[in-house]
Amino acid sequence: MSDIFAARSQMAMSLVFHIIFAAIGVALPLMMVIAEGLWLRTHDAAYLCVAKRWAKGTAILFAVGAVSGTVLSFELGLLWPRFMGFAGAAIGMPFSLEGFAFFTEAIFLGIYLYGWKRVSPEIHLLAGAIVAVSGVASAMFVCLANGWMNTPTGFRLVNGQLTDINVWQALRNPAGLPEAIHMILASYCAAGFATAGVHALLALRDRSNRFHQRAIAIALLVGGSAAVAQAVSGDALARMTARNVPTKLAAMEGDFQTRSGAPLHIGGLPDVRTRQTKYAIEIPDGLSLLAFHSPHATVQGLDKTPRDEWPNVLVVHIAFQIMVGVGTLLICVALVAAWLAWRKGPLIENRRFLQLLVLCTPLGFVALESGWVVTEVGRQPWIIYHIMKTSQAVTTMPGLTTPMVLFTGLYLILAAVVIWLMSRHVIASPSEAEIHAIAGNEVPLHARP
Amino acid sequence: MLLALILMASLTLYVLLGGADYGGGVWDLLSSGPRRQEQRELISNAITPVWEANHVWLVLVVVLLFAGFPAAFAAITTALNIPLTVLIIGIVMRGSSFVFRAYHTGDYRTQRRWGLIFAIASTITPLCLGVVVGAMSSGRVLVRDGVSVNGFLAPWLGTFPLMVGLFALSLFVFLAAVYLTVEGRDPALQEDFRRKALVSGVIVALMALGTFLAARTGAPDIYAGLLRPSLVWIVQGATAAYAIATFVALLKRKYKIARIAAMLQVGLILWGWALSQSPFFLQGDMTVSEAAAAPPVLWALIGATVAGLLVLFPSIWYMMQTFKANNEDIPLH
Repeated sequence: MSDIFAARSQMAMSLVFHIIFAAIGVALPLMMVIAEGLWLRTHDAAYLCVAKRWAKGTAILFAVGAVSGTVLSFELGLLWPRFMGFAGAAIGMPFSLEGFAFFTEAIFLGIYLYGWKRVSPEIHLLAGAIVAVSGVASAMFVCLANGWMNTPTGFRLVNGQLTDINVWQALRNPAGLPEAIHMILASYCAAGFATAGVHALLALRDRSNRFHQRAIAIALLVGGSAAVAQAVSGDALARMTARNVPTKLAAMEGDFQTRSGAPLHIGGLPDVRTRQTKYAIEIPDGLSLLAFHSPHATVQGLDKTPRDEWPNVLVVHIAFQIMVGVGTLLICVALVAAWLAWRKGPLIENRRFLQLLVLCTPLGFVALESGWVVTEVGRQPWIIYHIMKTSQAVTTMPGLTTPMVLFTGLYLILAAVVIWLMSRHVIASPSEAEIHAIAGNEVPLHARP
Repeated sequence: MLLALILMASLTLYVLLGGADYGGGVWDLLSSGPRRQEQRELISNAITPVWEANHVWLVLVVVLLFAGFPAAFAAITTALNIPLTVLIIGIVMRGSSFVFRAYHTGDYRTQRRWGLIFAIASTITPLCLGVVVGAMSSGRVLVRDGVSVNGFLAPWLGTFPLMVGLFALSLFVFLAAVYLTVEGRDPALQEDFRRKALVSGVIVALMALGTFLAARTGAPDIYAGLLRPSLVWIVQGATAAYAIATFVALLKRKYKIARIAAMLQVGLILWGWALSQSPFFLQGDMTVSEAAAAPPVLWALIGATVAGLLVLFPSIWYMMQTFKANNEDIPLH
């Protein structure tokens, strides 16, 4: 394995692993705060039980997310020191701000998790809300830094060095905000559907349990509305990509030719030798319409980019198709859920729908990870678009296969332990007595209902 | 220069807060005697609600380092790739095994196994941190055009960096023992940790002497700097004074005073190091101003840090009030 390939694999693997925990760290606090808020309003013990279970889950997942995130901050230098030496000053600001957001998140999560009996209910809820908000802020800052790598701004390039760096302008790069919104919604969508799916599985065995009913309602509300909003956010991101990173859009679409009235390819396999995307459903003018909101707009194809500056078109195209396909599916599920809840009463009584939800459990994360593949592989061979190639950024340290194998093994073990712990502590059905016991502990501190 | 001071301050806070959490892990490994289980519980309760927040100081050190001093960050991560890789593996294992242990309730054997990994990782991580700091002072971290002049072993594999590693470990262990004398409510436990604090205090003194002797060949510039009369002497004198104060306070069982004196002692050791190293970032090769990004970038970072700290400090104060004030009778869960 070549060192650059090992470095890219280690970075990809670390991100794929961390992103799951980061996404849950963004979304689960919001859901647990909603559950706790409903408990304070209704004094329905099942809501408190849901909040406590999810808080437990957050505790495990946040810890793994925190340490795997620390690993990434080191890996930036350990794997790509020449990139960091070159551009550290330009992308350091969002990471520093992220550091503070992460700090607030860690502090208030500590208060939330271990302060149930040490602070008043209102302060406790507020602490949870701060965790949810700072999780969103963290995700935003990291995406702003990634956006800069796609659409670098805020500097002059003099003699191959970045000079006159303006960190605020670098922060306001065109890709940053659309990417951040897309990522945050993806986190809500992925974590929401995953949580709903797991509770649906348990509800199928234990249908009368109100614990699962409450949990599914909150998770679907968060995940479903994010899925629907994702359509709008995805459109904005694609239009930004068409303007600023046209090679990536061309690879996403498997579009080899520059033309006006470009068709939209659905599915299909791009063949870079014949420069054609075979077996795709073509919608005439579709891409021009989506990318520029005009049927005759010219969309740049891969032919405008030198061959050695193409990303891996096959991987980017397929990942993009998976993301869009799964996203569309989840939007449909969300709309069906809304319709069922409105016309047919409690969702939990609909066996078919619960089965459908179980099937959806991993889908949000599938979409999230493929979206990440699209943005990262789609930027290659550049680490900073049109400024620095990934091959120029890699460390001179030899033998990079060793840490790659080491971290892959380590993360596989951690993943297995986390899944096992979650299944034992967070996911198991509580009995009615357990729900009451949890509430019984709490009630004396508040006014009894 | 101002950002370098902020960086140093963050590192100091990481050592004083996060360092003690690692020290706690080492005491978990070394816990013995009839009250072994109680000692472990005390350590665990002291760390649980705060370790993640304490850990973030390190993240802050890293991001401020690459944002404000990208050239130094690139050089350090290239030449010291190996100890840094071990360091992050230690960080991952420490953090995850600690939460895993907490959730393996009911299964004592599995819990102990995670506890063992937690304790070992708590030992390795400070060692690596010290090795990295020692290497930065040894003058052997030289990177030209992305290539480490001294290869990937020589910059850190030497008596001096390893000695600094052991010194850092002993400091963390000492801090943890001193803090735990205050945390423990049970007088017997307080006595346990008082004894541990006194023993580790002696080890700290020995390690300090050993590091100083190793510096003679391992970091000659620093060694010479320490011998020359300057501000460094005043800092060294103050360090010694606080070390004695910690000892006296421990002997007299004035634990809260001991805690403050120990914090000052360890903090001053760090600032003494920074002072003897200045104006260099990487001893003998790269000064702080050579490593620094352009002034507008630095000022923006300083502004962001100040704004961040305005939010942070009240939050930390509130967290410490909630968990470290005298309300141990209220359970955490």
